[in-house]
Amino acid sequence: MLKVNNIYKTFNKGTVNEKKALNGVSLELNEGDFVTIIGGNGAGKSTLLNSICGVFTVDRGTVVIDGVDVTKLPEHKRAKYLGRVFQDPMMGTAADMWIEENMSLAFRRGKPRGLKWAITNKERAAYREMLSHLGLGLEDRLSSKVGLLSGGQRQALTLLMAVMQKPKLLLLDEHTAALDPKTAETVLTLSDKFIKDEGLTAMMITHNMNDAIAHGNKLIMMHEGRIIYSAEGQEKKSLTVDDLLKKFADISGNALANDRMLLSN
Amino acid sequence: MLNFLGSFAGPVAQGIIWGIMAIGVYITFRILDVADLTVDGSMATGGVTLVVLVTGGMHVALALLIAFLVGCAAGLVTGVFHTKFGIPAILAGILTQLILYSVNLRITTQRSNVPLSVDKYHILISLRNLTNAIIVSAIFAAVIIAVMYWFFGTELGHSLRATGCNQNMARANGINTDNNKIIGLVISNGLVALSGALLAQYQGFADINMGRGAIVIGLAAVIIGEVLLGKVFKNFALKLLAAVIGGIIYYIVISLVLKAGLNANDLKMFSALVVAVFLGIPYWQRKLAEKRSAKEDKANA
Repeated sequence: MLKVNNIYKTFNKGTVNEKKALNGVSLELNEGDFVTIIGGNGAGKSTLLNSICGVFTVDRGTVVIDGVDVTKLPEHKRAKYLGRVFQDPMMGTAADMWIEENMSLAFRRGKPRGLKWAITNKERAAYREMLSHLGLGLEDRLSSKVGLLSGGQRQALTLLMAVMQKPKLLLLDEHTAALDPKTAETVLTLSDKFIKDEGLTAMMITHNMNDAIAHGNKLIMMHEGRIIYSAEGQEKKSLTVDDLLKKFADISGNALANDRMLLSN
Repeated sequence: MLNFLGSFAGPVAQGIIWGIMAIGVYITFRILDVADLTVDGSMATGGVTLVVLVTGGMHVALALLIAFLVGCAAGLVTGVFHTKFGIPAILAGILTQLILYSVNLRITTQRSNVPLSVDKYHILISLRNLTNAIIVSAIFAAVIIAVMYWFFGTELGHSLRATGCNQNMARANGINTDNNKIIGLVISNGLVALSGALLAQYQGFADINMGRGAIVIGLAAVIIGEVLLGKVFKNFALKLLAAVIGGIIYYIVISLVLKAGLNANDLKMFSALVVAVFLGIPYWQRKLAEKRSAKEDKANA
């Protein structure tokens, strides 16, 4: 489903701020794979996801989604294949537009947009039905501005919008990091449910190592723009947070000293 | 009393014509979140295009259409500068505005002012017949509001709104934000040029400088409309109507301050200061609210 082949990305090349964000990353996901990604700040986790989305083009290497080489495609053209949820709950929805308007935008992801009326009554009924499954009471607020929703509600809506047009690949970039623990749990449970019910292929960045172990069938650890460790199947299931910390120290020669990661355990 | 009301007929007609221009400004400023300065040029382009075509013997309806399309082309240039050249929107607009100054002089064959006599040519409106001018320009405004209401309710229109609201979200949902910005600038400047073409008929001439400061008048109309009617007018069509009403109020106020003795040459300064103050109000309100909530927190602590 996804083939990331030896990609490199350096930001601000040739300046004092030069940052080698990706240093030869290769990754292959089969249909239905759900990989969790961990690593310290600046390890290249978000850069990896963004290079799959086409937020920028990579310096070297290729990205192939479902057999299509998207390496040179602009972001809006790749969107056809991708469902995305961002760390910032404000980023995934249009605040000044209504819930149903946001959903109708997501419903047409990857399709041409013409001069047909943007929302049909039939769609509206379908949206209401989908929203009711979130269990947040949003089904009665189709014509509320999204800007009026809480961060958790917006993130749940973004998640729904990312999957309502089944994506080849669902990309979750620390999508629960900005939420309070209880809301984070709700959104994470919803994510799991969507991935399982729809049989989605998914990638999830998280700073919570327990979550990284508990969710998905694969785990990768990144450091300085490389994948330094990966686990799947039984090996992943039997991992503990201590294992991960130790593995990180062994391979990188540093402690995984990120307060946020340690505090969250 | 009737005389008093009658003295406002001119400002009302002018206000509606500028209100059409304000709808164009609304599209860029409020929907696309771009301050487009092309309009200072495209307003005059619309005016001179219409006058030259009509005095050349063309039917006024066709001349209006062509004025609209020339305005669209101006918007296209700004859009391409902004999205394909990577020039910030404000600067892109200024560049096109400068280009249009030369283009407008080409259109008028280097004359700075071209007359359009209502006696010699068949045109739609004139300040000689204010009732007719008000009715005709109001019909134009109504049709434009209806078309814009329809357009921004379509799939494409929604994607334009999303582009202005949140580009990241728009791109993540497969929307070509660059193309949408171009489309918005094209429509906006088409409407502005159409407004200029109506204004030229109304005043009986077109002038190279007739668009100078147009952006300020357009913004004033949009903001006055929002401040006075924003609480009641929630529907999109009504929001556009508010911009037109804002234009009318603007011109009524202008006519009053002129009567009260303001020097006509100080008018532009007056308009700019009014816009600055009205743009400042929401910012000050936010600051004040922050201060208040900080005080409350202190009191509760």
